[in-house]
Amino acid sequence: MNDSITNNIAVSVKNVSKNYGETEALKDMSLDFPKGQLTSLLGPSGCGKTTLLKIIAGLLPATSGEVIVNGVKVTTPGPDRAFVFQDFALMPWASVIRNVAFGLELRGVNKTERESIAHKYIGDVGLKGFEHSYPHELSGGMRQRVGLARALAVNADVLLMDEPFSAVDEQTRRKFQEDLLNLVKVEKKTFIFVTHSIEEAVYVSDQIAILLPRPSRVSEIIKPSGFKHKDADSIRKDSEYLDIVDRIWKSLRTYVQ
Amino acid sequence: MKLFGYKLPGMSSLLIWGALWEIVGRSKITYFLPSVTEIFNTFLEILPTEAFIQAVSETGYALMSGLFFATFIGIPLGILMGKNRIVDEILLPWVNIFLSAPLTALVPVLMVLFGFGMKSIIITTTLFAIWIIMLNARAGVLQINRSLVDMASSFGAKPWDAFFKIYFWAALPEILGGVRIGFIRAVKGVIIGQLLISVVGFGALFEIYSSNFLMSHFWAVIFVLFTLAFILSEFLAFLERKVSYYASNR
Repeated sequence: MNDSITNNIAVSVKNVSKNYGETEALKDMSLDFPKGQLTSLLGPSGCGKTTLLKIIAGLLPATSGEVIVNGVKVTTPGPDRAFVFQDFALMPWASVIRNVAFGLELRGVNKTERESIAHKYIGDVGLKGFEHSYPHELSGGMRQRVGLARALAVNADVLLMDEPFSAVDEQTRRKFQEDLLNLVKVEKKTFIFVTHSIEEAVYVSDQIAILLPRPSRVSEIIKPSGFKHKDADSIRKDSEYLDIVDRIWKSLRTYVQ
Repeated sequence: MKLFGYKLPGMSSLLIWGALWEIVGRSKITYFLPSVTEIFNTFLEILPTEAFIQAVSETGYALMSGLFFATFIGIPLGILMGKNRIVDEILLPWVNIFLSAPLTALVPVLMVLFGFGMKSIIITTTLFAIWIIMLNARAGVLQINRSLVDMASSFGAKPWDAFFKIYFWAALPEILGGVRIGFIRAVKGVIIGQLLISVVGFGALFEIYSSNFLMSHFWAVIFVLFTLAFILSEFLAFLERKVSYYASNR
């Protein structure tokens, strides 16, 4: 139990399988997520990346195997993990501030305290002044910022992000990716990031786990390092960045119909 | 609707029908159809009478009690059906049967079980309204965005929290729709109850007026009932529109 802490592993997935009746969504999958880093789960659709994320979140039970978070085996959602949803999952009947504070509300934090925390994170994600707006008054990108602020507000060690930028437009998406890089630097949190975009995965990740389907497995782990210190603009022109993108595409292309 | 370039206010067609009714009434074609003005005058005449006030209060009491039980039992049960597969399997056949069953035929049974008084009338009213309220609440819950439920559980929501903070609000547009239709059915239920169980309230007035061939009195009471039902149902429709903005993005 202690070796996972000394090894600086925040989340450890051990021999996890998930069956839906006859179908094997995940088969004997093992993967470690280092503390304070962003790990992407990248793969074609149907490779089980969202399933794995939901098992880590405790939203889905694994058929066998276990998930260890900070040395403790998890089976249910817990305050050590927070989830960012692909479709934002905002409550349309609640204002931005209530949405952001909702995680704290469920934890029984009193109203004044949770709203002051929410207020800070709304500012951090760049939505100052929108505290009392409602989700339907915001653009897709702004809604996802609310979703992100809500996940940050509960101050969990591990942030689970399920294709968080796939429902926003391309420009917003690029801005989000840059912001995410900063966020990983500033917040000492572990990020697990599901995406189907190769460029996005290479751009934001410290570690990329390539998942392949039928049977679902981790085929390769790539750790881009050479361009991490560069500024946002030059990364996309870096030769290592382009090489890795190319290499991943070559290994994935046979799985794309 | 536009006529000759002028925008007509809502329900202008009622004026045409009213005028037609007035013509037919004044021409004395049939005894059963007095003119609108005569009905209106009768209405003003019976409005302050004790019998009318008592009828309004008795009917209103039965209607509101019935609707109260239908709403406060129907909504939680409907949400539970949408949430829980087992509860759904157990209750759904009965809900569907009672929704389409001719409940009027059950009224004599209710009279045997609960007597000839207000209690039976309230139960009849409840039975008319509750099924559609349950079904709508259930439908509202069934179409909740799965990730909203995941979101609540990922932040550690207890079942109680999820019920009141997510399911109820997310299903609110459908729930209000159910309450509106349930209300219309409750009006039916309360009149049928008053006619069949014990002749009180509006039911009693209908009975007295029609058996004594007081046609303008009869129509006056019908109009009062229609108007009250219409206003309340429009009010519920207004509430429904107020929350419908979020129906699309739950």
